[in-house]
Amino acid sequence: MIARRRSAVPDGAADAIPAAASDTIPAVTPGAVPGRVPSAAPHAAGGVAPRGAVAGAASVPPVVELRGASKTHPGPVHALRAVDLTVEAGELLAIVGPSGSGKSTMLNIMGTLDRPTTGTVHVAGWDVGALSDARLSALRARHIGFVFQHFHLSAGRDAVDNVCDGLLYAGVGLRERRARARTALERVGLGHRLGHRPTELSGGEKQRVAIARALVGAPDLLLADEPTGALDTASGKIVMELLHELNAAGTAVCVITHDHDIADSLPRRVRFRDGEVVDDSGRAGSRLPEVGA
Amino acid sequence: MKSPVPLRPARLSARDVLRTGAIGLRTRRTRVVLSALGIAIGIATMIAVVGLSTSSRADLMSRLDRLGTNLLTAEAGRDPYGQEVTLPKNAVAMVQRIGPVQHATATGDVDARIRRSDVVPEERTAGVTAQAARPDLLTALGAKVSRGVWLNRANERLPVTVLGAVAARRLGVTEPGEKIMMNDEYVVVVGILEPIELVPNLDRVALVGFPAAERYFAFDGHPSTVFERSPDSTVEDVRAVLARTVSPGNPVGVKVSRPSDALAAKAATDKGLTALMLGLGAVALLVGGVGVANTMVVSVLERRQEIGLRRALGATRGAVRLQFLTESLLLSALGGLAGAVLGAAATHGFALVQGWTPVVPPWSLGGGLAATLAIGALAGLYPAVRASRLDPTTALNAT
Ligand SMILES: Nc1ncnc2c1ncn2[C@@H]1O[C@H](COP(=O)(O)OP(=O)(O)OP(=O)(O)O)[C@@H](O)[C@H]1O
Ligand SMILES: [Mg+2]
Repeated sequence: MIARRRSAVPDGAADAIPAAASDTIPAVTPGAVPGRVPSAAPHAAGGVAPRGAVAGAASVPPVVELRGASKTHPGPVHALRAVDLTVEAGELLAIVGPSGSGKSTMLNIMGTLDRPTTGTVHVAGWDVGALSDARLSALRARHIGFVFQHFHLSAGRDAVDNVCDGLLYAGVGLRERRARARTALERVGLGHRLGHRPTELSGGEKQRVAIARALVGAPDLLLADEPTGALDTASGKIVMELLHELNAAGTAVCVITHDHDIADSLPRRVRFRDGEVVDDSGRAGSRLPEVGA
Repeated sequence: MKSPVPLRPARLSARDVLRTGAIGLRTRRTRVVLSALGIAIGIATMIAVVGLSTSSRADLMSRLDRLGTNLLTAEAGRDPYGQEVTLPKNAVAMVQRIGPVQHATATGDVDARIRRSDVVPEERTAGVTAQAARPDLLTALGAKVSRGVWLNRANERLPVTVLGAVAARRLGVTEPGEKIMMNDEYVVVVGILEPIELVPNLDRVALVGFPAAERYFAFDGHPSTVFERSPDSTVEDVRAVLARTVSPGNPVGVKVSRPSDALAAKAATDKGLTALMLGLGAVALLVGGVGVANTMVVSVLERRQEIGLRRALGATRGAVRLQFLTESLLLSALGGLAGAVLGAAATHGFALVQGWTPVVPPWSLGGGLAATLAIGALAGLYPAVRASRLDPTTALNAT
């Protein structure tokens, strides 16, 4: 999976994952310096280079693009006010801001779980507003992975079965789902916990199962809403390392976090307040020009 | 700049649909067993009721087959003026002259008080009456001797008697050779009959030969009931002329009947009871269905987060609906299966105790299965639709 490179045909990339996965993980994980994730170097290699490689082909759209996206709840509560945000393929960004500032609302809209009241959303080039609910579901199954604060694992079913659910709605057969689920669990370092049920796993292990479930489908975009929120520092660090690895392999990753250390360790930070983006380190930064270069 | 691959939700294979639908059942076993139990009781009741009534009817039919439905009786009654009708002494001979008649025989009322012995006061007759019978009565009725012998050319002239099964029990006679008292004469019991299914009132009778009855008990020799058998296809024709034949002067005072009709009527009354029991089973099934619906509603409420997660993983509304509908169908199918096994077992057990051949009609199993699936679909539809309509973000944030 680490060896994954974005190709012009998005779906073809998925097949390349399992074989290369096991031998590439050890290469990256030991390199992680405690306290500070080696973000810059691997990211530049894994995140930017592939985009550079296909820069000439203008056909690779941003993974997500919000234009004037607002969300108003009855009240009225303005959860989101005219947000513009573009996430390019292979990016890694932190979404920060005070409680109630609209972070989760925006993540749900990016993940097509929710539709904006006004404004447009494009995911992988598709105009979300123009897609039926069924096709949005297909879009999620194919392009988007989710990780939640509270894991949302299915109790009473073992780790492999839980991870298998990540491929169920992409139309993958049971045998292949199982094989890929095992590989994914090995990738997150849970090769020795395949048959364990959620009640038999620690919080950190549960979140790693959830990450395996999100990455088993090889999404272009992984959305994580406070993935370390329910974990201790050490478990949180392992989870962040996994997200870094995933990003290094080409997946765009958005992480909502209240943890300053985590936020600071990511290459791009988007700050929310009262439903608005008040600061975006990637917008005027050095990264965007690089994309077009 | 759209992606070249068209967006189309993947269709789950039948196997995946079943696996996903079974998740909720595997993780909540007690509840599954309890709510399937309601369905099981309903289905078991219905299958057992159908099975038992079919088995009992099959038994009755085979009995009728064995006994024959071609026996007619012509019984002397009263004419419209209330006068007792007397059949002529040659009534049997006249009936035998009707073309299709194969057997004809008769019994005659004998006025004799019957007691066990002279120690018993005359008033206590034990409800046993005396009748004169011809030796060919046994074959005409298809009756059997349980112990001893039947009347024949020799003993029909002697003061001996053959007792019906009930008469023997009431008089306390268990072995041939014992004596009972008819009027003031001791009479030897030479035989005891098995119960006569077609003509049960002969079970309560002490039978003596016609000559003996005339000689010892002042019997006038006139038959009071004529029995005849003819081929099945001619029974109606014979029935039409029977009264006129046995009593040309006064046919209105003769009651013609077909004893097998009484047995057939019993099957018909059983039908009413069967319908009632079926209704009870249906009510149980309905209650079971409500239980399943309740379980499913609770299941959907409890599993909102799972539903939200599945939507996030790419499940369409249809997939969620199908998952819960499948769960409901599996739940009631489980109950239906248990019920069918239970109902069939109950039928076999009860039928064997009754001495019947157990019959569980396949249509009742098919009907039970269909009812189960219909109940499951009905019970699951509303919860499934509700589950599918949940908004993904609301579902994910549900507590
Ligand atoms: N369904 C809803 N109905 C009404 N108001 C809502 C609804 N969902 C969210 N809100 C409001 O929208 C605002 C943004 O909520 P959101 O969950 O996006 O915040 P957040 O930045 O994720 O906060 P936290 O860091 O606490 O998770 C809040 O004020 C919240 O009360
Ligand atoms: Mg939030």
